[in-house]
Amino acid sequence: MREISYRDALREALREEMQRDPTVFLLGEDIGRYWGGAFKVTKGLAEEFGDERVRDTPISESAIVGAAVGAAITGMRPVAEIMFGDLTTLAMDQIVNQAAKIRYMFGGQAKAPLVIRTPFGGGVNIAAHHSQCLEAWFMHVPGLQVVVPSTPYDAKGLLKTAIRNDNPVIFCEHKLLYPITGPVPDEEYTLPFGVADIKREGNDVTIVATLYMVHKALKAAEELEKDGISVEIVDPRTLVPLDKETIINSVKKTGRVVIVTEDCKTAGVSAEIAAVIAEKALDYLDAPIKRVANPDVPIPFSPPLESFVIPDEKRIIEAVREVVY
Amino acid sequence: MIPSKEKLLEMYRKMLEIRQFEEKVYELYGQNLVPGTIHLYAGQEAVAVGICANLRRGDYIVSTHRGHGHCIAKGADLKRVMAEILGKKTGYCKGKGGSMHIADFSVGILGATGVVGAGIPIAVGTGLSIKLRGTDQVVACFFGDGASNQGTFHEGINMAAIWKLPVLFVCENNLYAMGTRQSRVMLIEKISERAAAYGIPGVTVDGNDVLAVYEAAREAVERAKRGEGPTLIECKTYRHKGHSRMDPATYRPKGEIEYWLKKDPIPRFKSKLLEMGILTEEEAKWIEGEVSRGIEEAVKFALESPYPEPEEALKEVYV
Repeated sequence: MREISYRDALREALREEMQRDPTVFLLGEDIGRYWGGAFKVTKGLAEEFGDERVRDTPISESAIVGAAVGAAITGMRPVAEIMFGDLTTLAMDQIVNQAAKIRYMFGGQAKAPLVIRTPFGGGVNIAAHHSQCLEAWFMHVPGLQVVVPSTPYDAKGLLKTAIRNDNPVIFCEHKLLYPITGPVPDEEYTLPFGVADIKREGNDVTIVATLYMVHKALKAAEELEKDGISVEIVDPRTLVPLDKETIINSVKKTGRVVIVTEDCKTAGVSAEIAAVIAEKALDYLDAPIKRVANPDVPIPFSPPLESFVIPDEKRIIEAVREVVY
Repeated sequence: MIPSKEKLLEMYRKMLEIRQFEEKVYELYGQNLVPGTIHLYAGQEAVAVGICANLRRGDYIVSTHRGHGHCIAKGADLKRVMAEILGKKTGYCKGKGGSMHIADFSVGILGATGVVGAGIPIAVGTGLSIKLRGTDQVVACFFGDGASNQGTFHEGINMAAIWKLPVLFVCENNLYAMGTRQSRVMLIEKISERAAAYGIPGVTVDGNDVLAVYEAAREAVERAKRGEGPTLIECKTYRHKGHSRMDPATYRPKGEIEYWLKKDPIPRFKSKLLEMGILTEEEAKWIEGEVSRGIEEAVKFALESPYPEPEEALKEVYV
């Protein structure tokens, strides 16, 4: 199978959905012909589909998301790009109070089929305003669906599903994932929401990891294998809906679990997953649930500071060793 | 341009309908039949009716927390509005929205938002949708003087301006953002002057003169349909009651209410219609009676309707 980058996989999904459905259009800051998106995901699409459907916007995050909401409830399928996940804060009312609630609050009259694509995550030394992982905030809002693809294959299949989906979707990308390559079939496919993927099978310990942490966990697993520790890696792929069953089944099999996410530990993604495991599989655990996440600090700039904060293979390995005894 | 006789009478009737509806809601609230709070539209009827008289069924409006009047003017069913306000299953939102969140997508009412200024970007997106779909629809976005101090006002109007979207930004300046008088939070008197910052026309009209509002909206709709973009229409008006049901509105200076009651849009329009020979006192009485029967029917429907089943609370979060 051919291998393409996460970035190209996302672009293919956008292109195919725009070809398939004339109501799909893109809007965001510098996504058009002059720049092609800060991370080049939309590069070339304006030339192909025109400036009307690949729409550069002013720096107005609240209006970008609001415009997506208004367009979505009147028959369009907008895909908005927020240049950095940190900047979703500027659109929080439109995301949380408008997009998420417009269906429920109006008694099911409306649907808001919009996607907000945005890159989260650190590791590129751009400090506290451009490096956060805020997925957990959106998990807390009924009405939103939250997608966290870790591979080119998942990114393409899930983005196509997100666009066809009738609910507002927060599509979380990760800056370090864009250049990563992986197998993506030539033929058309979509991936369902709420279905986790076992990225590596194993028997001794389960690692639940998301986004870029999946790749660090895979490397850690290779190291651990040398010591005879067999690691299973579960990638939820979507946080809302969350495939609890696959997580629980893996934990039942291994009896030990480490949850690895790049957000702050307190009330983070790992907290929810840990709670699910505690509620549903406590009796199967042979060791306490272990979480590897960012300490509760803003992301610092200087490379040694940032590397210290964001989980790495070493921390994952240490955590696994703590529960495999 | 004066509308046709039929249209004028319909506008008068709608204004009466809104006034009587709001008076009835006020009364029901006093009898503890309305949960939560209410923000009454009484006094501002000329704005909703003057704007919506220019809209067709397929055109859109985006409403606010003070939205009963907008919805009635756009063609909402009084029964289902009243039922929603009372939290009943037969209400527009099946009891999930209430007074601040009435919507009827079948007649282009895209819903009322409880967050001041939040409807502005949504109206921009609706305008964008119209442009991309290539229809000749327009969208009217209602908001108050308070909302014009929100960031969404700046972001949204600028965006609609650069893309020349078919949006009417209708600022209902009723002098107060809750209890805060306009002069305490902005140094200009005419909010329409802000339009200049976006390179679009801004007009200020007497919001208690339904024909003045109608004319401003007519021009804005024509401009929008010509593809020339949005207009900011500021309607100077006044709410007769406080901000919400529990607000005695003691922050208003002495004599102010009396001054505005003299400018009440409904008697003014009635005098005008009598003067124009379009309406007789007898016809006016007949219309009043008919409107009042319609309100009574709405109240009866709402009161007799069941409350939703509690488990309904868990439905319709997702498609």
